[in-house]
Amino acid sequence: MKTASDTLVIKGLHVSVEGQEILKGVDLEIGRGEVHALMGPNGSGKSTLGYAIMGHPSYEVTSGSIELVEPNGTRHDLLAMEPDQRARAGVFLAFQRPMSIPGVRLADFLRHAVTNVRNPDRKEGEELMPMREFRSELKAKMSELSMDPDFARRYVNDGFSGGEMKRAEILQLAMLRPKFAVLDETDSGLDADAVRLASESIARIGGAEMGILIITHHEQLLEHNIPLRTHVMLGGRIVESGGPELAAELHKKGYERIRAAYPEAAAAEKAMEDARGEVSAT
Amino acid sequence: MTTATPAAAPVGFDRNLLESLIAEQGLPDWVAEKRRAAFDAVESIGLPDRRSENWMRTDLRMFKPKAWGLRPRPAHGDAVEGLLASAITSGEAAAECFPEQSCQAPSETTLAGRLVSCDGHIIREELDPALAGRGVLFGAAERILAEHGEAIRPHWFSVIESSSDWFAALHAAFHRASAILYVPAGVRIAEPLSVVAAISAGGVDTSHVLVVLGEGAEATVLTETTGGGDASTSHGGFHCGGTEIVVGRGGFLRMVNLQNWNTGVWHFARQKAVVHENARLQWTLGALGSRLSQVAQDVALAGRHADAQVNGVMFTEGRQHLVYNTLQHHEAPACHSDLLYKGALQDRSRLVWRGMIKVDKAAQKTDGYQRNDNLMLSNESRADSIPGLEIEADDVRCTHGATSGRVDSEQVFYAQARGLSADEAARLVVTGFFQQVFDRITIPQVREALARAVCSRIRRIT
Repeated sequence: MKTASDTLVIKGLHVSVEGQEILKGVDLEIGRGEVHALMGPNGSGKSTLGYAIMGHPSYEVTSGSIELVEPNGTRHDLLAMEPDQRARAGVFLAFQRPMSIPGVRLADFLRHAVTNVRNPDRKEGEELMPMREFRSELKAKMSELSMDPDFARRYVNDGFSGGEMKRAEILQLAMLRPKFAVLDETDSGLDADAVRLASESIARIGGAEMGILIITHHEQLLEHNIPLRTHVMLGGRIVESGGPELAAELHKKGYERIRAAYPEAAAAEKAMEDARGEVSAT
Repeated sequence: MTTATPAAAPVGFDRNLLESLIAEQGLPDWVAEKRRAAFDAVESIGLPDRRSENWMRTDLRMFKPKAWGLRPRPAHGDAVEGLLASAITSGEAAAECFPEQSCQAPSETTLAGRLVSCDGHIIREELDPALAGRGVLFGAAERILAEHGEAIRPHWFSVIESSSDWFAALHAAFHRASAILYVPAGVRIAEPLSVVAAISAGGVDTSHVLVVLGEGAEATVLTETTGGGDASTSHGGFHCGGTEIVVGRGGFLRMVNLQNWNTGVWHFARQKAVVHENARLQWTLGALGSRLSQVAQDVALAGRHADAQVNGVMFTEGRQHLVYNTLQHHEAPACHSDLLYKGALQDRSRLVWRGMIKVDKAAQKTDGYQRNDNLMLSNESRADSIPGLEIEADDVRCTHGATSGRVDSEQVFYAQARGLSADEAARLVVTGFFQQVFDRITIPQVREALARAVCSRIRRIT
């Protein structure tokens, strides 16, 4: 029973991209303060779930719902919101491949983002967060994350290494303090030390206030973020959920047991893979 | 600026008007002779036709030369305010995240001098008396030519060619309400000087700008054009102007020209700078307005180690059509020139840049660069980038580049995922696109005023 806090509730979610169905009925419930891990082979639909939650225009939700439910029962339909409204409602996606925005400094970008997320009704052109206040908060956060303050002067993700991009995503997470965050392979492109640092940082940022869905292939990122639940996605469905031991098992042994146990999902996965193969072959 | 419509019909550009201008101004004879010679050229050459490479992308069919002439002094000209001039005098500090790094120059909040004209009539003329005391000449050309003709004579209409085409000739014959800045050797002016040329709806401006910096002199000049009728009329206004710049040995000039007419104005301008030994020129063109623009911007690197940086910021919308022909002419050895034009196009507008780096045989060790990047904000807009090199020396480094792109919807989604609205995200992407050229404008208020002006024009990206 989750009664004390907001909940992100996903029910029967079907999502298509360019007419091809990727998610085939996903159910997931995450409370604030909870960490969930989402694992599964490449192409199983994990990133699609992240994009669908954030509202990417190419990801069409054909049925199902994504809602934010307040403790008093008030429901907010995310699917009726533009991506920026979702962000202002407290939803965050750390991108697997963040976009670069040349010419726009990370600090200026973040100042817009932080202002909007903290004043959800702000219209473009209205006052931004006072510079002095913003700068001191940014500097403090960067020092907590052991980041060089000069990093914020650089243009958003422009010429960043893979690791720098991931650290910039974590910085944005820290500044925006969302209610719910999807971290899509925030560990990829990082070396072992950087993954450990990221794991610690996420744990510190998350605390009891944030519900986090960690998409990962490894268990290192989970070291400091012990998942309440680990979900396995295969062929566009969550086929099995368990505790942290499931993440450890999948990391060590791969998905053979899962594929054998869920032949229907494994067949769907194969079909999706073949369809992608055809698309890229043409 | 939209002042009252004129009462009297304009006087056409004919010999009577020419003689009355000559009579009224009481200038030295050599000035009058230059006008008469230019008028002969007006009479003998027709409007440019599209067989010439520089004009083949300029449609003059709707331009009616007989529709224009000089206008009486406007009743409300004193209300003219320039965007750049007011950005300086408003005294607003640069609101940037890292101000300690953002500018190489102190941000001045006063003007060393200003000249304002409207419809070809000078309406305001000021110069810091301390500068006048040091021999600086600034203000209305008619006055300065009358008082200091011999100092100006070597430069006046000697940098640009008056007979290169019909518009250049018309300008040389009928220039009026012109500006001169003359800075004697060794004098450095910290604060900017402002020249604002305005017109009322349907008005005409033929003003000329001459800037001469003596050896080791330094100055910052902001010129801007404003006013006229909007695109709903085919006779919103007519500008036929010319700019001449001479930067003496070791001098440093920062020059900004903002073309900010309303969208009904025909804009024809011939601009040229000569940069002498060890001198530096930082020249920024901003273009936001006009119905049709045809601009020639030439830089001659005339002395060893001369350095010119040319920046362009263009934003077009509606059916605006802007054409720029640029020339970086390396006449002397070991000079450096670097041109960066950036344009963003909205609606059905069109932007043409045709750039040439010309290197004379004597100009060994030339380092020349030109680049034009355009950002298309609609499917119907069109940009042409035509770089060119003409190199006669054998030991040079000359390169060019051009790109054309669109706002990427994935960038917009990324910013939306951080709470920025789609419009806000698109504006941020466009601002970022211009940042590289804004970074090269070392006057913070000018940079910000241009950024704000560009930003306010961006509508939803299609």
